[in-house]
Amino acid sequence: MKFNSVFDIIGPVMIGPSSSHTAGAVRIGLAARNLFGREPQWAKIHLYGSFAKTYRGHGTDLALIGGLLGFDTDDERLREALEIAKKRGIEIEFIEDSARVNHPNTARLIIGDDDETLELIGVSIGGGKVEIIELNGFELRLSGNHPAILIMHNDRYGAIASVTAILAKHQINIGHMEVNRKDIGKEALMVIEVDENVSDSILKELKEADHIIQIAKIVS
Amino acid sequence: MFRTVAELIDQAEQQNIPISEVMIRQEMDVQNVTREQVMTQMEKNLRVMEKAIEDSLQGVQSVTGLTGGDAVLVQNYMKDKTPLSGHLLLDAVSKAMGTNEVNAAMGKICATPTAGSAGCVPGVLFAVKERLNPTREQMIRFLFTAGAFGFVVANNAFISGAAGGCQAEVGSAGAMASAAVVEMAGGTPEQCADAFAITLKNMLGLVCDPVAGLVEVPCVKRNAAGSALAIVSADLALAGVKSRIPCDEVIGAMYRIGQTIPASLRETGEGGLADTPTGRFLKEKLFGSK
Repeated sequence: MKFNSVFDIIGPVMIGPSSSHTAGAVRIGLAARNLFGREPQWAKIHLYGSFAKTYRGHGTDLALIGGLLGFDTDDERLREALEIAKKRGIEIEFIEDSARVNHPNTARLIIGDDDETLELIGVSIGGGKVEIIELNGFELRLSGNHPAILIMHNDRYGAIASVTAILAKHQINIGHMEVNRKDIGKEALMVIEVDENVSDSILKELKEADHIIQIAKIVS
Repeated sequence: MFRTVAELIDQAEQQNIPISEVMIRQEMDVQNVTREQVMTQMEKNLRVMEKAIEDSLQGVQSVTGLTGGDAVLVQNYMKDKTPLSGHLLLDAVSKAMGTNEVNAAMGKICATPTAGSAGCVPGVLFAVKERLNPTREQMIRFLFTAGAFGFVVANNAFISGAAGGCQAEVGSAGAMASAAVVEMAGGTPEQCADAFAITLKNMLGLVCDPVAGLVEVPCVKRNAAGSALAIVSADLALAGVKSRIPCDEVIGAMYRIGQTIPASLRETGEGGLADTPTGRFLKEKLFGSK
């Protein structure tokens, strides 16, 4: 069964106008912010396909920035996201990119501050569901059908075990898992698809596990 | 867990409970939560719908200026004149349109089942509220009944315009609303299914062809059509009219039709109304040439 809750049908509560171009875009922005771990000082956002053509009418720009500011899909401040970002001193640039992409609703977010940058490619696949297909050069294969946790960690023994142990303790089942690293002993990425949404308290616990650098969740 | 409308009706009849109760019990079971939690969550959605309608009656404008203000026009017309189609029907229409105007204006809505079709269910609910005087619990139950039918559609066909055309969005939304009205008006589970089937049958083949790819034109007016049809179908079912083609088979037909609708008519903004001279002109005016 693709849907198992009535609240997938009567819901979600969201800021309009489009679940794919607005709610999905918020979730891409939010995933980027969560992975970055704090508010970025600047953002360069490449829009492709349908996102590039219709983003103003759908508020996709407001939605992506709103997500970067930490607003959720039902936050009425989304409408003023650009002004709020300006007030907070965040530099923003939108680039309508004509490069060919596999999915019409694709955005590449490059965000950062004085210390770090993060680059992420997100795809909004409909109904507010999103896929993150690339993170800091790591290719991902997130289906978007299930909630997922992305964990940047140091490539050390025990890092994966400490994460899975916490999930097991909270009886959270893993449906799909990938581990990827830049080089032996360097930065690595764990992508874990789970069967249910993971609460913030569990995320906090995961973040405190050994060798974990950064963590973010994607709600399906 | 019910997979089909036939199973849904069967469960309701076997236990002698309304469809909303089947949905509530299943949700408690699936999410492993109490009745109170499930009801509270739906009450929150109901409040969002109520607020969107209130906001729309103040008059709203979309970001592009393509839509907004029609709900107010209809409400004023109802006050000044005697509408040909009747007060309740037109009230549903204006509230359905209003909800989608709020959506286009980046207001807060509850997707039912999608953002583009979010007007039908609340439009019908808040119009029949004036006539049937339901309790708050009955209004929440209305949403569970609508959700139960939408649940079957989503799991056996599709509910998004990109996947199956507007028949999958406004078609499903209007049909869900008609089933829910029947229960609220005291009809049987079987009559709910008949109302659902009658609405969806009359929406089969409806394409998704939004101008400039935006959820505005013709989406706002399609919600008007979906909500009006919902009330007519509910009346037919309550009068004892049956759907010759069983509900599940109508959903199956919708699915197969959706699979054969060309991509240009599935939310790409390339065909249909989007590809009329005016549709192309509006797109160019909004986004420049291309």
